Amino acid sequence: MWQTCSYWSSMKFGVVVFPGSNCDHDAWYATSRNLGQEAEFIWHDSSSVGDVDCVIVPGGFSYGDYLRCGAIAKFSPVMQAVKKYAADGGLVAGFCNGFQILTESGLLPGALLMNKGVKYICRPVGLATATANSPFTNQLKAGEVVTYPIAHGEGLYYADGRTLDMLEAEDRIAFRYTDNPNGSLRNIAGILSEGRNVLGMMPHPERASDPLMGCTDGLKLFQSIVAHHSASLTTTK
Amino acid sequence: MSAIIPEILAAHNITPGEYERILTILGREPNITEVGIFSVMWSEHCSYKSSRLHLRKLPTESKMVLVGPGENAGIIDIGDGWAIAFKIESHNHPSFIEPFQGAATGVGGILRDIFTMGARPIAVMDAIRFGPLNGARSRRILEGVVSGISHYGNCFGVPTVGGETMFEPSYAGNPLVNVFALGIFKHDEVFYGRATGLGNPVIYVGAKTGKDGIKGATMASEEFSETSEEKRPNVQVGDPFMEKLLLEACLEAMKTGAIVGIQDMGAAGLTCSTCEMGSRAHTGIEIDLALVPRRESGMTPYETMLSESQERMLLVAEKGREHEIYAVFKKWGLDAAEIGVVTGDGMLRVKENGKVVAEISNRALADEAPVYNRPFDAKPYRPAPMEAPAMPPAADLNVDLRTLLTSDDLCSKRWIWEQYDYMVRTNTVAGPGHDAAIVRIKETNSSVAMALDGNGRYCALDPREGAKLIVAECCRNLSTVGALPVAATNNLNFGNPEKPAIMAQIVEAVEGLADACRFFETPITGGNVSLYNETLGEPIYPTPVVGIVGLMKTAQPKPVTFARAGHQVILLGGLGTCDDTHFGGTQYAKQVLNALWGLPPRLDMEYERRVQAAIREMVTSNAVESAHDVSTGGVAVALARCCFGGVGVEVALPARTMRPELALFHEAPSRVLVSTSDLAAVEHIAGKHRVPFHLLGTTGGARLKIGDLIDADIETLRQDWENALPAKLGVR
Repeated sequence: MWQTCSYWSSMKFGVVVFPGSNCDHDAWYATSRNLGQEAEFIWHDSSSVGDVDCVIVPGGFSYGDYLRCGAIAKFSPVMQAVKKYAADGGLVAGFCNGFQILTESGLLPGALLMNKGVKYICRPVGLATATANSPFTNQLKAGEVVTYPIAHGEGLYYADGRTLDMLEAEDRIAFRYTDNPNGSLRNIAGILSEGRNVLGMMPHPERASDPLMGCTDGLKLFQSIVAHHSASLTTTK
Repeated sequence: MSAIIPEILAAHNITPGEYERILTILGREPNITEVGIFSVMWSEHCSYKSSRLHLRKLPTESKMVLVGPGENAGIIDIGDGWAIAFKIESHNHPSFIEPFQGAATGVGGILRDIFTMGARPIAVMDAIRFGPLNGARSRRILEGVVSGISHYGNCFGVPTVGGETMFEPSYAGNPLVNVFALGIFKHDEVFYGRATGLGNPVIYVGAKTGKDGIKGATMASEEFSETSEEKRPNVQVGDPFMEKLLLEACLEAMKTGAIVGIQDMGAAGLTCSTCEMGSRAHTGIEIDLALVPRRESGMTPYETMLSESQERMLLVAEKGREHEIYAVFKKWGLDAAEIGVVTGDGMLRVKENGKVVAEISNRALADEAPVYNRPFDAKPYRPAPMEAPAMPPAADLNVDLRTLLTSDDLCSKRWIWEQYDYMVRTNTVAGPGHDAAIVRIKETNSSVAMALDGNGRYCALDPREGAKLIVAECCRNLSTVGALPVAATNNLNFGNPEKPAIMAQIVEAVEGLADACRFFETPITGGNVSLYNETLGEPIYPTPVVGIVGLMKTAQPKPVTFARAGHQVILLGGLGTCDDTHFGGTQYAKQVLNALWGLPPRLDMEYERRVQAAIREMVTSNAVESAHDVSTGGVAVALARCCFGGVGVEVALPARTMRPELALFHEAPSRVLVSTSDLAAVEHIAGKHRVPFHLLGTTGGARLKIGDLIDADIETLRQDWENALPAKLGVR
């Protein structure tokens, strides 16, 4: 369990801010105040992500999302930097609009379509941890159910059958909905990149990281990132 | 130049008397642009000309109030160096004509009122009213309004944390959309809409000006007729993304210290922001319309001045520091253009390419609109008889309870509030479904609680008592979550004030609000008046809506529902009393008997205050495990709600003094249902505040049993309650 991990090393999260991001502050607050790590913002026209140890692409409506969610954000300077960072093995986590941007940018396969009910849904949902083998879920057990809120209108995860089979074969599904709220194929709520260093998910762990919000399951995801970072420092020593 | 003929004045809702006044002020005939400017500034919507005289009766001060009515929003000091700005505003008329955009821009407008003062919006609530859901048109309007609120609030990134939705035939042709917003800031970082400093530049920021929304304020001051749908071009179109950028840019620009005054362009757009900022500072403003960023070419001065294009702000900068402001707006990709200058002559001077096209005193426009002492009848218009109809003995009270729980008014509104992002910014300690919403303030150890209340049925029967009851109810909602009510905002929704019987409703309701707000020490720091809510001569029920804010230490909230089996259930405040006359405004009368009559429930404000003090102490001292206000639907509906967490209850009502349906469903105020594992503590606190309480029974089991009157499976009841709204809308 996470309590037994030693956090002798502090890490720094970088939270990307697009015009229209609105969960940027929540991600910053969860990682800095609730988790107790360092966190800073990265403006959308930055050509580098700086010296951060993990990039968070937060929720919101980047550039208004008028054309298609994430379709404009993928052309931003910061996303070119994030792509390079991810290609070099850096940790990138996209929540909600962040997941949409990561799929639009080609960092993750598939796409997010309009919810099955054609309405925006804000609701805490149950998620089954599909794999504990990732930098983002190592403090969870496979099958462990956590509760994170969703808040989206376009969260139906879609990919062709071959891609879905591949994701399953490569153990790249991070979370599945226990009670599918939006019609996502194979109940997929979050997926990993081929290198397992990029996570995209529609639910919001940063909204489940403070006891006052009624649930702290989200901290386990952030603690996984810290544990992974600590371990990687140990091995490179 | 065309002469101003009576037809033009009529088209602008300017009376012959008002025109005389305009001639006197100008000392000449106005041109068409000036007629347009007068018409919007002197409209009911902007000038409150029918209500102003009576609004003066409202209490507006307390030691916490930093800014009262007259600014863009009221401000109260919440301690620790922080303050909150809050206000409620209506967008009723646009929401009828175009529900989605009407409601969306209603949210946008009130948000700008908050952040124009320097506060970051942290919560929105909505009070909405429609015709019954068995009408296709009402369903369509509801869906449009909810989508519009969802679209705008979610994208902007402000949580919609609560509200209320009710249905009456009188709202079918006149839906109500009242939006409340609240923001926080440091108490010494407040900005005002004042154009101070001669020679300071006047800067336009935000979206470009188009032809949308022209004369919206005038439209909002008329009754509807068969041709109202032709007014669709008068409804503005909102862009929440633009508003989000405007918020961030404005708050950042304010930090530079280069802004001396700022006001949003809402109703009456450029006209209202210029003359109000000048009037408040006793200065003049000169602008050149050729410098205004415009979306389309060929716009006349009239159109440019009256456009209600959204997401625009007007600010006055310190001369020589404009570049600091431009840098911030450039960063956010927004237009910022110097369009004029602050002058010393008190005039609003509008030029186009250097040529004067309008010239009117700021004071005349903003502060010297006519004030009407409209005649009002001794007795307000009553759409219902005093006499109770013949009431047959209730056939099956279990069926009646189900009827109430699945009714338009009382069914679960989850389908609505799940479309709102009620959690963004991670401050929502208690959101939709609680008696009051609680939003914590991260920078302090305090939380702000807020609630909206209105009850058209009560006010239709007695506007004065109805208004007092909604203030009491709203304060009780706050007290039930442990907050101390401190200040209020109100939205007065009524019919045509030129009809003396309607005007009487307004006068009575305002005086009732004034009494109650004074008594409960919740001064009204601002608000909005929406009149002429009539379609084809049928007025809405008089519907004052109050939004009250309360303060509390940040803590885990108590649930509405019973926490576990074995807790004792107490009706704090007693069973209350009711006779047939005072039963006519209840939900039982509406849903089961299909009638409205008599008078609203009786309120004893002194007693109410003691009950509120008691429940507040019980909640904050953790003497109770759950707490829920008893309101519409009475004690039976409140008990059912308390069971919907999955823990049932068996209760015995005190000895029968009323007929069973009255005992179960009457709506006397001053009552709260609590469950506790510490009966002695509850008894002690109740005794201290001299509030009676009845031990009703004990939680447990899977049924709701009330004496020998009600026996129902709670899961079945809960599902019926949850599924009713989607079923009525045909979406599930």
